[in-house]
Amino acid sequence: MEYLIHILIITGIYIILTLSLNLIVGFTGLAALGHIAFACIAAYTSSLLALNLGISPWIGLLLGAILAAFLGMVIGLPSLRLKGDYLALATFGLGIIVYSIAKNWVSLTRGPMGLPGIPPFSLLGYEISSVWSYLILVLTFVLITYLAIRNITNSPFGRILKGIREDEIATLAMGKDVNKYKLIVFVVGAFFAGIAGSLYAHYIAFIDPSSFTVMESITVLLMVVFGGMGSLKGSIVGASILVVFPELLRFLGMPSSIAAPLRQMIYGLLLIILMVWRPQGLLGRFKFK
Amino acid sequence: MAVLQVQNLVKEFDGIKAVDGIAFGVEKNSICALVGPNGSGKTTVFNLISGYLKPQRGKIFFNGKEITSLSPHKIAKLGIGRTFQNIRLFPQISVLDNVMFGFKYERGDKFFSALFQTRRMKQEEKDNLLKAEGILKFVGLIDKKKELAGNLSHGQRKLLELARILALEPELFLLDEPFAGLFPETKRTMLDLIRKLKERGKTILFIEHDMNLVMSLAEKVIVLNYGKKIAEGEPEEVRNNKEVLNAYLGKK
Repeated sequence: MEYLIHILIITGIYIILTLSLNLIVGFTGLAALGHIAFACIAAYTSSLLALNLGISPWIGLLLGAILAAFLGMVIGLPSLRLKGDYLALATFGLGIIVYSIAKNWVSLTRGPMGLPGIPPFSLLGYEISSVWSYLILVLTFVLITYLAIRNITNSPFGRILKGIREDEIATLAMGKDVNKYKLIVFVVGAFFAGIAGSLYAHYIAFIDPSSFTVMESITVLLMVVFGGMGSLKGSIVGASILVVFPELLRFLGMPSSIAAPLRQMIYGLLLIILMVWRPQGLLGRFKFK
Repeated sequence: MAVLQVQNLVKEFDGIKAVDGIAFGVEKNSICALVGPNGSGKTTVFNLISGYLKPQRGKIFFNGKEITSLSPHKIAKLGIGRTFQNIRLFPQISVLDNVMFGFKYERGDKFFSALFQTRRMKQEEKDNLLKAEGILKFVGLIDKKKELAGNLSHGQRKLLELARILALEPELFLLDEPFAGLFPETKRTMLDLIRKLKERGKTILFIEHDMNLVMSLAEKVIVLNYGKKIAEGEPEEVRNNKEVLNAYLGKK
């Protein structure tokens, strides 16, 4: 049972990541390949604050998300001049930079040795350390993220985002300041990715750079595309399937040396099948041009 | 008074002068045509006026205010709406939402209005929805409001592009070949629409190749050739201009 709850918690964290990336990639059409970098920054921020300065994880969560949002703005600024593939490469580069910093700034992050013993959240004197209570915490944040991104996209503001995805030049011709909207989207997406990062760190109680590789960013992107670009329910479904499905492989009784690469291969295969048969994703309506 | 005043505009691409010292004015509440052979610089002039290109030299004034090199969204907000030669709609968004796009919002299009779904945003959205339906009735696309814009026919897309800038409520309309590829019937609809815009006090500058249409619609014609203005005046006088005949028919 605990194992099942654990899977649900991990799924919830991935849903937050997927929803926030969907805002950037699916709704606004900006090719971003470094999403996990935002989670990484926030995870290290709140962990280090808690470990070194004894700051409450709640404050760490907020500060981490704000720092991630700031990084989102930093990456958003040059991205205003880049389009399509170039933006994808630039954000990919960001992912690598953040990963390398986490790995090599040993005096701060302890590098590959990682940070053990990250304290859990506590509420009114009670530690949120049982899986049940943590599940409730994660689900609360999933709900907040879902509502926030639903509201953002379901509005005149959201319509402008879709316009940027469809035709940037026409959006300008309608008097909309495209750059401003892109920047906001990066900041908001990074903020929620940051929350996911901190939730992960305080749950597992140990982080090291290997949790934040570029491959993780690609996995989250996969979840967005799999569920459907521009579909919030799609993101929930996409993240759930791609987290739960590989776990099922455990019950086939394969040694982990086979199961891990098999997981990657199945991801790849699923994506190929999906792109051929349903390019808009499971629940999406938007197709690539 | 001239709504639009263009002075000595120069735009070079890699040493080739696409626009070479063009100057003209467009009077308030008039219909003015910009004509010329392919590659004569008409669309470049449009792109310069609407801010998509920046001129090397020259100035552009809109209602007496200089707008040279302002960014496109600022120029659109000031009141210059444009359509595109190769139609730029939002294909995977509904026809109605395409029109909704053009409206200027007081606060409704702000991030926090969206995040907290403010009552004000909802009210503005409701008001604009009614206005958008009115515009779709005006151009005759109300039956298609729920369709995706990408599923419309060429003629309907041209009308929708016009509908979309109507929502922007510009004072000056820049229409880049509004009649290109239209069915005779749709052509008449478009013609009527443009005339109605003038009745509503708007100013129109359009690019067109079909001389019959230009003659029947325009009050003033500006002729470009190789990036230079070779004639300007009333349709009749331009039609008999020797240089214009040379440009269009070749020298005898």
